[in-house]
Amino acid sequence: MTVLFVVLPLAVLLSGLAALAFVWATRRGQFDDLETPALRLLTDELDERRPAAPKLSPPRRA
Amino acid sequence: MTQSLSPALSRLPVSPAATAPSSEPACAHCGLPVPAADVTADRGAEARFCCTACAVAHSIIQGAGLGAYYERRSELDGAPARPSGKSYAEYDDPAFASRHVTSAAGGGACLELFVSGIHCTACVWLLERLPRVQDGVRSARFDLGRGALEVIFEPASVRPSEIARALDRLGYAPHPSLAAQRDGERRSDRALWLRLGLAGALAGNVMLMALALYSGAAADPAYASLFRWGSCLLTLPAVFFCGSVFLRGALASLRTRTPHMDLPISIGIVAGFARSAWNTALGSGEVYFDSLAVLIFLLLVGRWLQARHHRGATQTLDLIAALAPATAVRVDGEPREVPADALPVGAIVEVARDDRIPADGIVVTGESCVDTAWLTGEALPEAVKPGDRVYAGTVNLAAPLHLRVEVAGRETRLGRLMRSVEEAQAHRAPIVRLADRVAGYFVVAALGLALVTFVLWRFLDPSRAVDHAVALLVVTCPCALGMATPLAVSVALKRAAAAGIFFKGGEFLEALARPGTLVFDKTGTLTEGRLALASFTGDSQILPLLRAAEERSGHPIARAVVASVPAGPELVVEGVTEFPGAGVEARVAGHCVRVGSGAFLAQELSGSDAEFALELGAQAALGRPAIVVAVDGKVKGVLSFTDPLRADARASLDALRAAGYRIAVLSGDQPLVVGRVACELGPLVAAEGGKSPEQKLAWIERARQSGPVVMIGDGINDAAAMSAADVAIAVHGGAEAALVAADAFTTVAGVGKVLEAVRGARRTLTVIRRGIAFSLAYNLVGVGLCMAGLVSPLLAAVLMPLSSLTVVTSALKARTFQQSARKEMKS
Repeated sequence: MTVLFVVLPLAVLLSGLAALAFVWATRRGQFDDLETPALRLLTDELDERRPAAPKLSPPRRA
Repeated sequence: MTQSLSPALSRLPVSPAATAPSSEPACAHCGLPVPAADVTADRGAEARFCCTACAVAHSIIQGAGLGAYYERRSELDGAPARPSGKSYAEYDDPAFASRHVTSAAGGGACLELFVSGIHCTACVWLLERLPRVQDGVRSARFDLGRGALEVIFEPASVRPSEIARALDRLGYAPHPSLAAQRDGERRSDRALWLRLGLAGALAGNVMLMALALYSGAAADPAYASLFRWGSCLLTLPAVFFCGSVFLRGALASLRTRTPHMDLPISIGIVAGFARSAWNTALGSGEVYFDSLAVLIFLLLVGRWLQARHHRGATQTLDLIAALAPATAVRVDGEPREVPADALPVGAIVEVARDDRIPADGIVVTGESCVDTAWLTGEALPEAVKPGDRVYAGTVNLAAPLHLRVEVAGRETRLGRLMRSVEEAQAHRAPIVRLADRVAGYFVVAALGLALVTFVLWRFLDPSRAVDHAVALLVVTCPCALGMATPLAVSVALKRAAAAGIFFKGGEFLEALARPGTLVFDKTGTLTEGRLALASFTGDSQILPLLRAAEERSGHPIARAVVASVPAGPELVVEGVTEFPGAGVEARVAGHCVRVGSGAFLAQELSGSDAEFALELGAQAALGRPAIVVAVDGKVKGVLSFTDPLRADARASLDALRAAGYRIAVLSGDQPLVVGRVACELGPLVAAEGGKSPEQKLAWIERARQSGPVVMIGDGINDAAAMSAADVAIAVHGGAEAALVAADAFTTVAGVGKVLEAVRGARRTLTVIRRGIAFSLAYNLVGVGLCMAGLVSPLLAAVLMPLSSLTVVTSALKARTFQQSARKEMKS
């Protein structure tokens, strides 16, 4: 059981690392929008199936 | 882009004989039934449209290769995408750019717009393909949670107004959002999310350690001490970083002496933490770290839910920019375009037909009609001639005018009115939420009971007195309360939005539920806001001639004639002369047709049957505008018009009256007309016409002295009054100013939505009350146990989530707006 004195701080330290990752992700705006990315996933394939239709606009500048 | 649209537009009007409806055709774009005279000539049988706007939207979408939208979108929900046709010229104003456009990486510009009309995944997809529809747009990202679209574009090749128009043509009407405000919001959102996430992680870890303590696994004092110190260290950031939201709120509440939920919460947290830390240091006594960490996490969940709904509905547009044109054409000296708010006094400006008047001034040359409906609520246009005063923001309907500027910019009548809106908004006392009102008593009760417990146990067992008093403070910490209300409101707001009612904040939902006076605007709110044919006396043979003569006029009466007389065979129309404020004269198929007011046709009336003159008098007595038609010098008919009441108006008002609300009607229209409408509406506490916007404001302020006032309106003339009311609701199709002044707005026309909003609000308040009752009942039990000295940290840790769970379930299961939304879908 004495191992707890080592493992417990270690576990807290690991959680601390996870917390840091969370802070980083939040600051980067990863959690700004929690709804739309899920929907985007559903409609991604629509672009691939796009027929070669006449375009009104010139190709998109990336 | 523009070229591709023009063929579709030029196809209007279409003769009814062109197409015959097949079996139940539905519009390929919006799904509404296709009228007999549809606009589908070019697309053959496979695509039919209910209107040109839909045909245009369809052709843009197909043309950009985005046809997959139609395969992918979910069932149409009866809220079809309809372009508004606005010019969005104010988006190009430099002032607009400085407020709303920010620079993006790579030399682009970034514009954030709130977009309405999104109803399914396919809409999101379509919106994000904006670069294919509009040149110069680099990317578009939509945030569904906020309803905001972030557009990155190249300022050199596309103007903001073009982007707005492109969105509008697709049927998604944009509204600007403030860039600076957005950054602030984003920062505070992230900060709250960070606290929420960390609080969750800390609570989980502290709970694990508490489990070891409760289960007795740490019977050895060395381990017990380890776990206690561990929990203490982990709870420290939970209280002072994550929980700082509540501590700061409590301090503010103390400073301003207004009751707030944060105060009892903070007392519980701080007292619990201080005592637990003290006991940890001593190595004996009870610790509540797990309860506190979970408490903070749950409360932050509630706070986060609450914060999410304060966004999305923020309104920011500079009001004057939206209503008065940004530029004016000066004609003293070389004709040139100048910014409207920089017009000097005495400048002569030209206002073309159908243009908005840029400044207050006096007409110098020209005779026309001016539509003042937005400013005054008067349904019929006003005739103006040289020497008459016209106001900024009104629309010149008939002929070009020259006017001498008297005041421009913020000093115009419109500018002053909008300033009063801003002032009223700024000085509005915040609504104290029910939960916060309860919080005041809560603090007193909790502190009082803690004191009683302390004194009681001083006599029974002095060593445990502090522990028991602290236990009481922890147990009574209104966790369920702090979470139940935001959750109930959050759920209700979401369901309301699905039903087409958008609230700018939960507090308005609470305020709306208190019975008070509902003040309705008439034009556009209770009525359709457009004239329709009410009666016709005379020879119906002349109707095609009449329609032909009126077809090109912009006057509301002419439009009503065109709308109510079916199109016949093409007639040759020559020499149309409009006499502003009087009538029209034209040669139609060889006949001389004169249409207009009784005064305009006085000569013909005196030479014809007295029946017509009588009819004209009768209609005037009813307060209906009427016109006389004469063909070849003989009066052939009298038509009267009315602004028809909305179909659901009477029933909705009856239901509202039954719910205990008092109904009043305030209008800028003539008292006679208002009186007639009032007769059809059942008992009212007031029905007053001829009210200027300033008078409406005064009326509302007076009415507020005797109870809560809800103002429902749609125009600029209502905006000032709306911002003075306790709650303001803008009905569908209202002016931007009304939307800014409103606390809630509907996306479906009619009074029915107002009724639904009120009903939903009342149901929500019931849910909130129920949550508070649950929470208090639990606290009573907790208090009893504490005073008896029976509460252990374990019991507290079990009781608290249990009470939260009941309250949360009750909030989630409650039917607030849901049922009505479903009914709406079916019908």
